Amino acid sequence: MDALNALVALANFVVIPATAYGAQLSLGALGVTLIYGILRFSNFAHGDTMAFGTMATILFTWVLQGAGISFGPLPTALLALPVGIAITALYVLATDRVVYRFYRKQRAAPVILVIVSMGVMFVTNGVVRFIIGVDDRNFDDGTRFLISARDFRNWTGLDEGLALRSSQAITVVTAVLVVALLFWFLTCTRTGKSMRAFSDNEDLALLSGINPERVVAITWIIVAALATVAGVLYGLDKSFKPFTYFQLLLPIFAAAIVGGLGSPLGAIAGGFIIAYSEVAVTYAWKKVANYALPERFEIDGLGQLLSTDYKFAVSFAILVIVLLFRPTGLFRGKSV
Amino acid sequence: MSNSVRAPLFFGVVVVLFLLTGVMQSWNVALGVLNMGLISAIMALGVNMQWGYAGLFNVGVMGFVALGGLGAVVVSMPPVDEAWAAGGLRVLAALVVGALAIVAAVQTWKRMPHGWARSLSMIAILLVGFIAFRWTFDVAVEAIEDVDPSATGYLGGLGLPVLVAWPIGGLLAAGAAWIVGKTALGLRSDYLAIATLGIAEIIIAVMKNEDWLSRGVKNVIGLPRPVPYEVDLQNSQAFVDRAQGLGIDPVTASSLAVKLAYTGLFTVVLLVVLWLAQAALASPWGRMMRAIRDNEVAAEAMGKDVTKRHLQIFIIGSAVCGLAGAMMTTLDGQLVTSAYQPLRFTFLVWVMVIVGGSGNNWGAVLGGFLIWFLWVQVEPLGLWLMSVITSGLPEGSGLRSHLIAGAAHMRLLTMGIVLLVVLRFSPRGLIPER
Amino acid sequence: MAQTFAPETPRTVAADHVGAASAEAPGAGIPALIGDAMTGGYGGGGDILNGCTISIDPGQIAVIVGPNGAGKSTAMKAVFGMLSLRKGAVRLAGRDITALTPQARVAQGMAFVPQTHNIFTSMTVEENLEMGAFLRRDDIADTMAQVYDLFPILRDKRRQPAGELSGGQRQQVAVGRALMTRPTVLMLDEPTAGVSPIVMDELFDRIIEVARTGISILMVEQNARQALEIADRGYVLVQGRNAFTDTGRALLNDPDVRRSFLGG
Repeated sequence: MDALNALVALANFVVIPATAYGAQLSLGALGVTLIYGILRFSNFAHGDTMAFGTMATILFTWVLQGAGISFGPLPTALLALPVGIAITALYVLATDRVVYRFYRKQRAAPVILVIVSMGVMFVTNGVVRFIIGVDDRNFDDGTRFLISARDFRNWTGLDEGLALRSSQAITVVTAVLVVALLFWFLTCTRTGKSMRAFSDNEDLALLSGINPERVVAITWIIVAALATVAGVLYGLDKSFKPFTYFQLLLPIFAAAIVGGLGSPLGAIAGGFIIAYSEVAVTYAWKKVANYALPERFEIDGLGQLLSTDYKFAVSFAILVIVLLFRPTGLFRGKSV
Repeated sequence: MSNSVRAPLFFGVVVVLFLLTGVMQSWNVALGVLNMGLISAIMALGVNMQWGYAGLFNVGVMGFVALGGLGAVVVSMPPVDEAWAAGGLRVLAALVVGALAIVAAVQTWKRMPHGWARSLSMIAILLVGFIAFRWTFDVAVEAIEDVDPSATGYLGGLGLPVLVAWPIGGLLAAGAAWIVGKTALGLRSDYLAIATLGIAEIIIAVMKNEDWLSRGVKNVIGLPRPVPYEVDLQNSQAFVDRAQGLGIDPVTASSLAVKLAYTGLFTVVLLVVLWLAQAALASPWGRMMRAIRDNEVAAEAMGKDVTKRHLQIFIIGSAVCGLAGAMMTTLDGQLVTSAYQPLRFTFLVWVMVIVGGSGNNWGAVLGGFLIWFLWVQVEPLGLWLMSVITSGLPEGSGLRSHLIAGAAHMRLLTMGIVLLVVLRFSPRGLIPER
Repeated sequence: MAQTFAPETPRTVAADHVGAASAEAPGAGIPALIGDAMTGGYGGGGDILNGCTISIDPGQIAVIVGPNGAGKSTAMKAVFGMLSLRKGAVRLAGRDITALTPQARVAQGMAFVPQTHNIFTSMTVEENLEMGAFLRRDDIADTMAQVYDLFPILRDKRRQPAGELSGGQRQQVAVGRALMTRPTVLMLDEPTAGVSPIVMDELFDRIIEVARTGISILMVEQNARQALEIADRGYVLVQGRNAFTDTGRALLNDPDVRRSFLGG
């Protein structure tokens, strides 16, 4: 039994990856939940919006790299991020203008808007594949590790190493900044408050003179920013592949629903719940368990509850549990 | 333009398109497109029942189609006796244990009084059940997958005629639909969408990873056929004589004959499903479904059990998708788990239904043929378009090769645009509901 | 202009009651708001209003009462532009606003408190008031202080989500929100629906106070008796037409009105 090594292994293999992943999911779920709150539909194109934003950022990263510009120890993609966000914002505003606005004016049923978002998803997916292709791309050119496992072992003298990749640290720091900024915007600015008012009670917001088109446009811009940041962070942490981003739709929606659709706080909580569950259920606990347990209880198997290929099943199971027992989500979203 | 004009007109267009393909490309290609068109039409009918009759938004079509494919394997492949001996019964026992644990947990939840004790006992039952399941399951799976992994490594099937697999595939899909429907129906429409999206991904994950069941990504090949093999035809003197009498090369003739046989089979199935669907739609049951779709609140006030009706139609529609899936796997003669992509098997079917005309079975069938044709032909068209566009660019230029490579992705773009345009300008589809 | 409209008002079932009202009206000049001979209904349906006229003089309280289905709320919504009129006009201080959207009318100085869903439940009381003043670019602190003076309980609860307040307090928030635009006309759709009698009395007192600051008030009320007591002008609608129009007190004393609408 070796509690210290068990803790280090736990941190290394579960806590750190799950925290980074949770931050990425939270940012994605925030986008979904904002669209739901303001435009009142589940946006199936969100995964592909993330892919689009990441693609735009990667393209500009290549431009910067080509010009010999780098961001020191940080990945160049962070420098390119604002440009990526701007391009994505223009793209989603264009889709709103060309596609969604028509149905909004008609006050179409939410399910129609969901189907429409499916069409947008197709188109976005096609655009992304057309421009950058379907391959896996790694675009992290910064320092790889903040703490490497070997250094950690040398410093502490423990058997277990603890590695903190810079992409993970960047993810968490960026996510905290973005979320803080978003909440400041929503609670402290006039425009942010008008968004909350619109989400709370659309008719009364109109009576108060809040311009719905402006609220919708700002929402799209924020969503574009959130989606791009989430996509780039995910891509830095893992890699960029359009199809993976489409598949992220499931854990992201699970996170948003678990937290309560329409509730930003819920989206963040939901993101971490899904991420921790996914990692915990698919992690092979053998190492941690064998450090933590007395010798005669040591386990032989991997100690893995489900193979990593079933990580979607984890999001799904949590989603089903929440739908069965508390359909409004943990933070009481808008929907029934 | 009324439907009595529209329907023959559009179906006429479809016929012309297939004839053109036959003349300009080859009859082999045309028949291939037609066969998949027939299967697509059945899938579209299944989705149309759910969406068109009842307004249910199912984005898990891929999962139900894949289950149909699994049904084809499980029914028609010969059993692998060695694998059964190695752990077949133990796997079955494990599945029973797992199912019992779930049933026990559900019963506990239903029967015990509210409170912590209930939640804790349910969790305990599930935990114990899971450990027992894994303890029984893992050993058996390992044993089965060790049996000649390069050729089998799975349990095989029941060795029954493949035609039996078609209804079985439908039943498998119906079972999965029951589980999803029980949880997600009666909630917001978006929730059903997410839940079906999830179950589809999980079904594919299971088929990719449970090698003992479906050989995972190693694929099951050589499924038995309901029609003769080309080689056998070519070896039959009578057939060769006949082909030469018609002035066709025997090799081409054999492949055409096989395709035609499939066309016949599929047409029969399509007609039966279409007839049943039309009869159901015109029956009091169909009227009630549409009444519920148009005004759920009013229907509920009149004493209709909306959730129960929805569950019914959801299961039936999914079963039709499963049937089509089994047919498709039979046509392919193999189960390729990695081929199941949501864009191809879920969203494309949706495009078919919307474009054809939701709520109208003829519309769904039309959409199935038309969109499948488009899906197949957009790629060569895109390639041609790109080579025209880039013909001004120098040979070997990066942009040129990029654009030509990108033509492969024109499909998604085109499908998305078709869907958006139809939704915007003709939201009721080419052949609207009455 | 008021004089030219005064003769139109008497085109009602009980023409003899109008004399008193129009005798009071001259001198007051242009009405703060008038919905003049309005005819119209929702969407493609039939007409709910049939030549109905509603007029409010500056700083006065006008109340619309009548049996269920008489078109009371519809009349108010028509004045506010929430349904399009087939005939007739709406004028705010003499300006024709018939073609304006409800939002544009808010900008012109009208404020409307719907019967239900009239607050932002997830936002604090103070944020509700801020949203009421969304169109204003100047300093809103004074107006907010006035609202708090009018409804002192709101000052204590200003950091609480409005959804957590009691029914009466929510109505205060709703009225407060509407006052934040500094409107010339405040329109209330059944403000006392679902609140206790004590709260109702208090709410009416507050409404009188608001009217004293010079804001004209138009109100639809189920509690006809209490509402007419505070009304400078009462409109009894029947089937989308003006049945009786007079001062609130006169209507209360009118035997016909008492018998048909006030239960004796």
